Amino acid sequence: MNFIRQEGKTVEEAVEIALEKLGLREEEAEIKVIDEGSKGLLGLIGARNAVVEVKVKVNPMQTGKEFLENILEKMSCQARVEVDESKTDEEQIYYNINGPDLGIIIGHRGETLDAIQYLTSLVVNKHSDRYWRILLDAEGYRLRREETLEKLARRLADKAIATGRKVVLEPMPPHERRIIHMALREDKRISTYSEGKEPFRRVLIERVDRI
Amino acid sequence: MKELVETIAKAIVDNPEQVVVNEVVGEKSVILELSVAEEDMGKIIGRQGRIARAIRTVVKAAATREGKKAIVDIQDN
Repeated sequence: MNFIRQEGKTVEEAVEIALEKLGLREEEAEIKVIDEGSKGLLGLIGARNAVVEVKVKVNPMQTGKEFLENILEKMSCQARVEVDESKTDEEQIYYNINGPDLGIIIGHRGETLDAIQYLTSLVVNKHSDRYWRILLDAEGYRLRREETLEKLARRLADKAIATGRKVVLEPMPPHERRIIHMALREDKRISTYSEGKEPFRRVLIERVDRI
Repeated sequence: MKELVETIAKAIVDNPEQVVVNEVVGEKSVILELSVAEEDMGKIIGRQGRIARAIRTVVKAAATREGKKAIVDIQDN
């Protein structure tokens, strides 16, 4: 059980009983006062008990880790899940999956990794009071892909400049399109934008001709 | 495969106790019939089917490893 509604003579007493029942310390719980209670007149008429709701504070990092370990196990994938502290902050949680034979969870162009990442973000944010961005990497795949995309962006930008023609890239997920846009942001000779509907949205690179 | 679908579905919906997965095993394919509480249909399908698509992608990957084709069939109540 991770949720309890408790009555007591005072708010403090109700909280104390509830924490006891849940086996939690105060900092591990989320406490909501439903009714502050009332001593009533002379402690006789209209006296009311205090009511509080106490629930386990969810730990988003742990929730995501458990979900990932769970589905990797069900996929018969021997892998370890770790939070990458250096890439985790107040807005995002970055998980690294390590182990042999991770091709199956990466998939074609990271398609499976993206799907798992999306599902993990749903699970983490379901019980969270605010939004966490969830990022997932497996054996450094994202980093390698990022380098590949940056090189591709540079090459196609040069092509657009040389030919004066629009260069249309293949469809990519949002974070990959972002890598292309960011890689070419400084180059004023071209402009980049996206067109089409997900999941077929693609980046276009166009030469900027100043008159 | 059945357990994988169950694990994912139960983690996403509001009524995990109403998640039922029925596995129909064929020679080369597995059909996974998933049913959830009516109010959870949106949670399992998502806007423009995005959640359903993600579930299918993950299940397909797991099935490939076993040399099978998996079809996740979300049941209409």
